[in-house]
Amino acid sequence: MIPIGEIVRLSIQSLLRNKTRSILTMLGIIIGVSAVILLVSIGQGLQNYITQQFESLGSNLVIVLPGKVGGGGGGFGAPNIAGSKLSLGDVDKLSRIGGAVESVGAGIEMPSSVSYLGKTKYTTTAGLTAEYQKMRNLTVSSGRMMSESDNRAGRNVVNIGPGIVDSLFGGANPIGKQITLGGQKFQVVGVLSKIGSGGFGIDVNSFVVLPLTTAQKLFGMKSVQAIGIKAKDKDSIPEVIRQVKKELSKRLKEDDFSVVDSSSLVATINQILGVVTLALGGIAAISLIVGGVGIMNIMLVSVTERTREIGLRKAVGAKPKDILIQFIIESVTLSVVGGGIGVLIGFLGALAINQFISTTVTFWSVALAFGVSAAIGVIFGVAPAASASKLNPIDALKYE
Amino acid sequence: MSVLISLSKVTKTYKLGDDVEVSALRGVDLNINEGEFVAIIGPSGSGKSTLMHMIGILDQPTTGTVELEGKNISKLTEEKLAELRNKHIGFVFQAFNLLPRTSALENVELPLIYSGDSALVRKQKGEESLRVVGLGERMDHTPSQLSGGQQQRVAIARALITKPSLILADEPTGNLDSKAGDEIISLLKDLNKQGNTIVLVTHEREIAEQAKRIVEIKDGQIISDKKIK
Ligand SMILES: Nc1ncnc2c1ncn2[C@@H]1O[C@H](COP(=O)(O)OP(=O)(O)O)[C@@H](O)[C@H]1O
Ligand SMILES: [Mg+2]
Repeated sequence: MIPIGEIVRLSIQSLLRNKTRSILTMLGIIIGVSAVILLVSIGQGLQNYITQQFESLGSNLVIVLPGKVGGGGGGFGAPNIAGSKLSLGDVDKLSRIGGAVESVGAGIEMPSSVSYLGKTKYTTTAGLTAEYQKMRNLTVSSGRMMSESDNRAGRNVVNIGPGIVDSLFGGANPIGKQITLGGQKFQVVGVLSKIGSGGFGIDVNSFVVLPLTTAQKLFGMKSVQAIGIKAKDKDSIPEVIRQVKKELSKRLKEDDFSVVDSSSLVATINQILGVVTLALGGIAAISLIVGGVGIMNIMLVSVTERTREIGLRKAVGAKPKDILIQFIIESVTLSVVGGGIGVLIGFLGALAINQFISTTVTFWSVALAFGVSAAIGVIFGVAPAASASKLNPIDALKYE
Repeated sequence: MSVLISLSKVTKTYKLGDDVEVSALRGVDLNINEGEFVAIIGPSGSGKSTLMHMIGILDQPTTGTVELEGKNISKLTEEKLAELRNKHIGFVFQAFNLLPRTSALENVELPLIYSGDSALVRKQKGEESLRVVGLGERMDHTPSQLSGGQQQRVAIARALITKPSLILADEPTGNLDSKAGDEIISLLKDLNKQGNTIVLVTHEREIAEQAKRIVEIKDGQIISDKKIK
């Protein structure tokens, strides 16, 4: 029996002496592995990003959204923002519940443009009650927050994010300056710090916040888009949800609103994104299998191509087992090296894409892709190796 | 002189279809003794290569027996046959059959890989073997960097490396011009003088006449067997 180290050396030597063939064989695996890692990293990145967004919303939060959201018949509905029947009156009623309900806030959000001295920036403007600002963990780095009295009086005052300060004021102090929003003048009273949540996919950096009533007048709206209720603690959330539902049902139909708590919403969204990630990974895994079939195909062709070589090896004393092991090691080496290159490309690709959308390379995707590619090397390598080891040395030597 | 290989009543039949058969060998009796230089001659298709495969235990006869150093090989497994070939037989083929993109030295070392020799031993024996065939200066050359005659020398060095009981050469000059062919034949003669047993297969009378014994084969049967020196 010849030592396994010797066969490994033989196999690698043979691969190196046929570089083009080796690289072409590996290509399918390289593409498959890097696709799995890349697609899963995008799905995972999205999941992490959304979780972060929710976490910055603050804890023990119960949210009332217009329309039917989530759960229901197993589907996931989006909130019916435009047809919202929630009103400031509901906010008042909910804040009178007391008990486990600590505070109640509400808000609306609209895309809009702000301008100052001829410079314009397109962004999202939110109208928030003072309570809702607190729930979203918004704070100011200079100036003051908007107060409840600003809200009641519907004053034309505004807080802006640091990004808006940069683009409209060139970084100069904006406090006390008048900016234009929807044709009206607003006085800047505070600059938001970078922490807190601007809402989904909206960066606090380029956020514009008005008092809720001011925003309702500006956009000609009577409803609110979301009501936030802060519960006393985590354990009281179910009770708060029950009471909120009961109170709102007095005026609204069941389909007009949904009550969710932030953690169960995160769980639902994560579940959906988990499925999406898995599906992306699955699609990429198919290309991995295709890569494996590619290895088998080229290895089979190479058995034919190398009939003479195999015949010669047998004539000079190679046993069927020696040939079998050599061919299996060749295909395993190809798939493992291809898998390694694929992991590297997947990593670099995820890093590059991370400049645009957030990606997270997960250990399981790397392990899975690499493991599958190595297994593919063995599984798809066996058939060609077996046919090589069974070649009759005479037929092999005659082969022209 | 002891008998190295002994064939008795050997036949070989190839099945081509359900009822089409080709009889490549029809009852061959042949003894090859240690130290001999035997030429097997016959026209194309007469069964020379088939006979050589029997002598080289690359294939089993349909009927009859082949004995290597007194041992019947018909009951042996493929594994055991490979081991015997590795130890006892050195092959030289018409088409050289060297591994491409592989140095002369590594080509020559190949049989020793399958006998489990260490890298150091392989290198020493490989270099020695290449010097014997006059290629001491060309060890690192790959086949494409060598002439046909030189490639066949590498193949002979490869056949020699295990110090086999028998060297089998099937039309070793078939792919060479006459000058290179003559050199190969005189190399084989030298090797025989040094004590190697050689069986040379050819269809050319002048080449066969360089050997010490000529076995003539026609339609799968030996028609003459005579010593000439
Ligand atoms: N694998 C095979 N299958 C079928 N017929 C074969 C095979 N090998 C050899 N033959 C036939 O056996 C006969 C002898 O062939 P071979 O020994 O190669 O002759 P030579 O070497 O003298 O030219 C030929 O008729 C050839 O066609
Ligand atoms: Mg022949």
